[in-house]
Amino acid sequence: MIWSDPSTMTPEIMTWDLPSLVVILPLLAAVAAFLLPSAAVGIGLGATALVGAASSALAARLLASGPEISHLGGWTVPLGIALRVDGFAALMLVTTAGIGMLVGLAASRSFAAKGATEAPAEERQRLFFWPLWLLLLAGLNALYLSSDVFNIYISLEILGLSAVGLAVLSGKAAALRAGLTYLFAGLLGSLLFLLGVDYLYAATGRVDLASLGAIDEMTPALSMALVLMLAGLAIKTALFPLHFWLPAAHSNATAPASALLSALVVKGSLYVALRLWVDVFAPTAGLGTLIGLLGAGAIVWGSIQAMRVDRLKLLVAYSTVAQIGLICLVFALTDEIGGETAWQGAVYLILAHAAAKSAMFLAVGRIAEHLGHDSLERLHREPLRPGMAQVAFALAAVSLIGLPPSAGFLGKWLLLEGAMRADAWLWVGVMVLGTMLSVAYLMRPISGFLRFDRVEGPVIMPSRLDAADLWPLGLAVVAIAMGLLAATPLSLLAVGSPFVVPEVVP
Amino acid sequence: MSTALLYSFGGILLIGVALHRLVLTTDLLRRVVALNVFAAGIASLLIAAAYRGPEAAADPVPHAFVLTGIVVLVSTTAAALALIRRLDDLERSVDHDT
Repeated sequence: MIWSDPSTMTPEIMTWDLPSLVVILPLLAAVAAFLLPSAAVGIGLGATALVGAASSALAARLLASGPEISHLGGWTVPLGIALRVDGFAALMLVTTAGIGMLVGLAASRSFAAKGATEAPAEERQRLFFWPLWLLLLAGLNALYLSSDVFNIYISLEILGLSAVGLAVLSGKAAALRAGLTYLFAGLLGSLLFLLGVDYLYAATGRVDLASLGAIDEMTPALSMALVLMLAGLAIKTALFPLHFWLPAAHSNATAPASALLSALVVKGSLYVALRLWVDVFAPTAGLGTLIGLLGAGAIVWGSIQAMRVDRLKLLVAYSTVAQIGLICLVFALTDEIGGETAWQGAVYLILAHAAAKSAMFLAVGRIAEHLGHDSLERLHREPLRPGMAQVAFALAAVSLIGLPPSAGFLGKWLLLEGAMRADAWLWVGVMVLGTMLSVAYLMRPISGFLRFDRVEGPVIMPSRLDAADLWPLGLAVVAIAMGLLAATPLSLLAVGSPFVVPEVVP
Repeated sequence: MSTALLYSFGGILLIGVALHRLVLTTDLLRRVVALNVFAAGIASLLIAAAYRGPEAAADPVPHAFVLTGIVVLVSTTAAALALIRRLDDLERSVDHDT
């Protein structure tokens, strides 16, 4: 995540069509990586790095000159397709490419070619990880930049299909079964979204967000459309009680795939929901409270399940359910006085959770690789202690719990401040409860890491620093450092913020 | 009852039937079929929304949506069927081994 200074950029970059580039480049690279499997790692890492650079340049350009719209093929809305970039979208672009790069580097090692001894399953993972990740990146970037609801639907489908591909990459029967449930749930979610698009078009004759946002009055047809779209997105985001597919799908995938699914994929649909909620539709208080209550349910249910499960990977997956619930509390707060602060907090929590959760899944992958299992009961009896992976896990936990100075702390603080300014003490209480519960379940593995009294025989600590531990550690450090270096992301978020009434140009 | 209304109610009926089946069955192939029926229901609704009376030409935008939706559905169904077949192969080979 490099924030370049706009003044040092050459004039050509200022005029490039970067929004189209960040969608088309990974799409073409995905095809290339599929056709040329021997060069897939190089193509994958190179394309991710290029998309990261383009996203950073776009973010810098936004900071200098405000939101921009790119009309594909020169056709203007409503006939053509437009890609719109504001601060929120740019922030998501940079985060996605940055996290994708670090997870990709971790994957390039764990899926490295092992020559003639390679098992078919390993070969499949090595060959198909890169095309699937690049498709996922193209889908996510298209989703962030789409300026009409039908394009959002298409992007959701690209995202959903490539995510299922990643979830079943290990080829095991349990992963396939979980992947199919994931595919069905995701398809049902996007079909409900499409039904909402249908209602929206029938009621207004428009699908582009800008002209939909200009409609002030909520007719019954519009409310119906909003409810259908949000219901579809809630399935894809795994908002309680529609999270049934998530724990199995995320805990049976390979470590890099779990990291991407949990850090980025569920955030894609959450991004759309937040955008529709804040940018497009007039606030509907009852619905916001309902989503907030579902979020509170997710915090309690996800945390309790995380306290009960015996597998470390499943614990991390249930923690995602709880964290999604925490972020969804913002839907109850945007209509209140502290709405903008709560919104900033929710966006920051999305970024913080993306970095921390990808670090955590990669760290768990490393721990399971060392120990040969991920059973919580046996953690404190193991003589082998993979120290660096455990440090990465603990650092990620610091951000997930929300201890200062991590990014998770900052996001939670802003969300809390928004709730306090709105006098919404119920939601403040839910957040405090959620924090306590997250400490309780995350301490289960950490206390296992730190207990040595049950170990029979000498404790073995790998003294050599393995390069593979660097990536989860790097992501965990990012999750903490983003709390300290929050000024640039927050000012980027303010570019084109929906809470600022745009000045009317006479 | 107008033709458009008939198609709309037909679509809603299909959606209801599909949701009912989707929730109540655990059979994977039946679920794929249910999702296809669900999509057909949505397509009927969209086509009904495009109807502008016997004289006027239909609105082309919903038709384009339906076409895109069909492309998406075909590829998703193909992916689901491939996964189901793979799972079936795996389960058969496990049965064979034991």
